[in-house]
Amino acid sequence: MAKAEFDVPELQEYVDVPELVEGTMAHLSPFVAKPDHNIPLGFPGELVDDWHDKALEKLDDLRSRYRSLQVYLDACVKCGACTDKCHYYLSTKDPKNMPVGRQDLLRKVYRRYNTFAGKYFPWLVGAKDLTRETLDEWYSYYHQCSQCRRCSVFCPYGIDTAEISMAAREILDSVGYGQKYCNEIIAKVHEKGNNLGLPGPAILDTLEGLEEDVEEETGVAVKYPLDVKGAEILLVTPSADFFAEPHVDGLIGYGKVFHEAGVSWTLSTTASEAGNFGMFIGSYENMRRVALRIRQAALELGVKRIVFGECGHAWRVAYAFLNTLAGPFDFLDPRYPVPQHICEYTYDLIQQGKLKFDKSANDDMTLTFHDSCNVARATRMGDKPGGQFDIPRAVIKAVCNNYVDMDHETIGEKTFCCGGGGGLLTDDLMEIRVKGALPRMTALQNVIKDEGVTHMAAICAICKSQFTKVLPYYGMDMDQIVSVHQLVSNAIVLTGQNTDEDEDDANGDA
Amino acid sequence: MSTVYALLFIVATVVLVIGLARKIAQYARTPAPLKIPTTPAPVTQTGVVMRMFREVVFFESLFKSTKWTWVFGWLFHMALFVVLLRHLRYFMDPVWLPIQLIQPIGVYAGFAMLAGLAGLLVRRIFVDRVRYISAPSDYLWLLVLLLIGISGLMMKFVSHTDIVMVKQFFTGLMGFSIGTLPVDFPLIIHLTLVALLMILFPFSKLLHVPGIFFSPSRNQVDNPREKRHLAEWAKAMEE
Ligand code: SF4
Ligand code: SF4
Repeated sequence: MAKAEFDVPELQEYVDVPELVEGTMAHLSPFVAKPDHNIPLGFPGELVDDWHDKALEKLDDLRSRYRSLQVYLDACVKCGACTDKCHYYLSTKDPKNMPVGRQDLLRKVYRRYNTFAGKYFPWLVGAKDLTRETLDEWYSYYHQCSQCRRCSVFCPYGIDTAEISMAAREILDSVGYGQKYCNEIIAKVHEKGNNLGLPGPAILDTLEGLEEDVEEETGVAVKYPLDVKGAEILLVTPSADFFAEPHVDGLIGYGKVFHEAGVSWTLSTTASEAGNFGMFIGSYENMRRVALRIRQAALELGVKRIVFGECGHAWRVAYAFLNTLAGPFDFLDPRYPVPQHICEYTYDLIQQGKLKFDKSANDDMTLTFHDSCNVARATRMGDKPGGQFDIPRAVIKAVCNNYVDMDHETIGEKTFCCGGGGGLLTDDLMEIRVKGALPRMTALQNVIKDEGVTHMAAICAICKSQFTKVLPYYGMDMDQIVSVHQLVSNAIVLTGQNTDEDEDDANGDA
Repeated sequence: MSTVYALLFIVATVVLVIGLARKIAQYARTPAPLKIPTTPAPVTQTGVVMRMFREVVFFESLFKSTKWTWVFGWLFHMALFVVLLRHLRYFMDPVWLPIQLIQPIGVYAGFAMLAGLAGLLVRRIFVDRVRYISAPSDYLWLLVLLLIGISGLMMKFVSHTDIVMVKQFFTGLMGFSIGTLPVDFPLIIHLTLVALLMILFPFSKLLHVPGIFFSPSRNQVDNPREKRHLAEWAKAMEE
């Protein structure tokens, strides 16, 4: 299927650090947001006439509100440690896709207008005027960053290019030059409650369908409740879980786990989206507005706990920002962290021996696990640092017999992005998405060859969608990406479930 | 001549102190509205202190990144640190015992510093990626530091400078009395460049020194679920 209008990199055994070639990705920019997308977010409908001054004002404003931005703009020593750490540089050779190269697009303007050296000796410190070309370059290259934070792991000062990208996108939005994909989606959440713009009845319909399917398959009436007041747990999950493969299999799994735990739970139409694209565009205001829907839903439904489904950036906003944006959550049960990740929830039940598994149900697969950037480098699970790596693996190993890790340089805190995070999951950016997946595809290919891996599990809606699209470009199959709770769902033995023999008998009778 | 240098050093010190204080005040004043430590991150304040210690003393992240840059960078910084300690003897009388003890190592450190700087310069020139991101000032800093080191070592090994006189000059200057400075070519180069460095410090990438202590991705405790973190300007939105 995957026919490309660009060269798909060939997989080698290793990803070598390429010699740089200037301008290889200068042609690529995402579609620009229209007034309909911008205005509901509080941005000017289109590029304003005085964008030059407005952009500089916004830069000043952000520098005074974000310590990260101010410190990161000043502290870089151009040591080069980050230059070979970005998957987009490794696969495109474009030096503006090196983390520091990307930062410098903004830094050179900061220096020109805000530092002594840049004002009086611009040539000495590489300071540049803000021109229309610069603005376009920002638009292009700050939308070729998946905000994955890999660079920040390796920078001696922890300079996080994601922070710079977010700031740059916010500046662009403030002058009416935003990205269609993100802004359109945020507008939908504000209006409908989820990124896909699914109305409540459509969700209800899907959930009823799932209940029927699961009952048919297992003989157990597992419920997938929506808007149930007084439920114990509110589950907030990415809207892709309601219909896309393999996401929905994960949702089926969450339901089975809750069912076995014997706990009452519910989804909510108001908060039918775990994702929060406000983060991608760096807009605290929009991120907060989206997050408040979750607080509102929790209050309206009177739940005691909030659990998040499998999604990477959503978990970052949930774990690291939700308490800040929409807290305090003192109305919830104080015995549990707010919020919890579904993997933490399932893991706890496994620890307590409350779930029964038939691991052989996953014997047709040999699995590996893709650490999603935001989970790996911006959050935690459990109470120990690194729980975000151990807990999902422990869950997989509890439900599968065959598991191997990929190359250790490409997992854990050093994990490579799927290539589609940070608001890049749109067809108009397909070229950078496919190319950016190169390091991950290489590591996957190696375990497929050497260890007989057949499938890769992930806990992020964006990763799953991205891999579904991108695997075929590299000669692999779109079904090779699975949800972690899909594996749980396959292996879990529900109380009172039909066994295989029952099914055989039933067939025999018929 | 001595008066010029006395004034130069007074100005340099004032600029360095005030300039740095203003930058530090700016960093301290600017809120970090969100919890953004690069994880896995420590979950306690003690853990953060340890993380910062490893970062500042061992350059932990750089070590993970590229071994060559780490070797040269670490060698340069640690040697510079020892050299600076060694220089304390020009500003105190009597000289503390520890400072006396490191005097012999200090000389080796001078050479180590040059080796580190030379390595960094070679890397900047020959690695295409590093060359691409370098502005003229990035090379100049390395040259300035190299020249400071070379002129310093020349005073020891080539043309001996009257160190006692230099010491009298600086200890005198600390009490605002201007003595005489030996007019010696290496010394003049050395002092001029050091003064230049001090003056430019607060306006340059040397701000990485205070910057690292304010980097939210390194200095934040990973406890967003346990403790609500709220910036003043964000709090205003809630009212
Ligand atoms: S955050 Fe990720 S995508 Fe962005 S520059 Fe850093 S490594 Fe590249
Ligand atoms: S690693 Fe950090 S200091 Fe070094 S060039 Fe990259 S951003 Fe700058």
